[in-house]
Amino acid sequence: MTPVLAVAAAGVVTIVAVALIVAVLVFYLVSVIVQLRKITTGLNETIASVSEIVQKSAPVNDVVTTINQQLDAGVDLLEGLLVKKAGMTDAVGLVDGLYAGAGAAGFRNFPESASVKAPRIGEVYTRGTLTLARLGREAPIAAGNPAGPALRDVERGSLAARLLYPEVRQSRPESLARSPVIGTDAPEQYEQRDDIGKPRKRLPAAR
Amino acid sequence: MILWWIGNLVLVAVVLPVVVYLLRGVLHAATSIVPSVQGIAAAAAAGSKDLDAVALLLTTQDQVQKTVAGVANYGGSLDVILDDAQ
Repeated sequence: MTPVLAVAAAGVVTIVAVALIVAVLVFYLVSVIVQLRKITTGLNETIASVSEIVQKSAPVNDVVTTINQQLDAGVDLLEGLLVKKAGMTDAVGLVDGLYAGAGAAGFRNFPESASVKAPRIGEVYTRGTLTLARLGREAPIAAGNPAGPALRDVERGSLAARLLYPEVRQSRPESLARSPVIGTDAPEQYEQRDDIGKPRKRLPAAR
Repeated sequence: MILWWIGNLVLVAVVLPVVVYLLRGVLHAATSIVPSVQGIAAAAAAGSKDLDAVALLLTTQDQVQKTVAGVANYGGSLDVILDDAQ
C-alpha cells in the first residue's frame, strides 16, 4: 500500500469513527431532551395543581379555628349548665351513663370532675323519673346494664311508668276495695241515728 | 502512521462504548423520572379536586354559629326553669 493510500484509509476510519460517535451523541441527547420535556410538562401540571391546593386550603385554618372556638363555647356552656343544675356527681354519672366510660375523663372546665366516682345510672335516673312521675308525665325508665348507655323504651314508656304506682292497681284491679253504695236503694241499709238535729251531747267537764 | 491507527482503534473500541454507556445511563435516569412526575401531577390534581368541598366549610361555620346560639338560648331558658343542684 502506498503511503498516500495508507494515510487516506486512516483518515477515513477516523472520520467514520468520529461521525459514529457524533451520531450516538445526537441520538441519546435528543432522547434525553424528549424525556426532559415530558418531565417539564408534568412538573408544570403539578405546579398548577399545587397552586390550586394552596389557594383552596388558604381559608381552612381560619374557618376551622372559628368553628372550634364556637364549639368550645357551646361545650363550656353545656358543661357549666349541667354541673350547675345536676351537681358534679350526678352530672358525671349522667354523662357516664349516656357514654360509657366518658365519666372517667371528666369535664374539660372542671378538672376535679375526673376524680369523681360516677354513680350508677339508675341512681341518677331515679330522680328524674320521679320528677316526671310527679308531673304526670310518662317517665322513661333506665334499664339494662348500669355500665351501658341508658335505654328508653319508647313504645312501653307508659307501662313502665305504671310500675311507679302501687302494684295492686296495675295487675289485680279486681282486688281493690269496692266503693260503698249509698242511698235508699243501697243493698245495705244502716239504722238512722236518733241524735241528728238535736243538741250535741256535752261530755262531763274535766276537773 | 501506526499511532494514527492505534488512535482509531482506541476511538472505536474504547471511546465509543464509554460514550454509549454514559448516555444510556443518562437516558435511563431521565426516562425513569417521567412516570414519577406524572404520578405526582395526577395526585396533585386529585388533591385539588378533593378540596373543592372546602367552600362548604363557610356554610358549616354559619350553621355551627346558629346552632351554638340556639343552644345558648335554650341553656338560658333551662337555667331559669330548673332549680340549681343542692
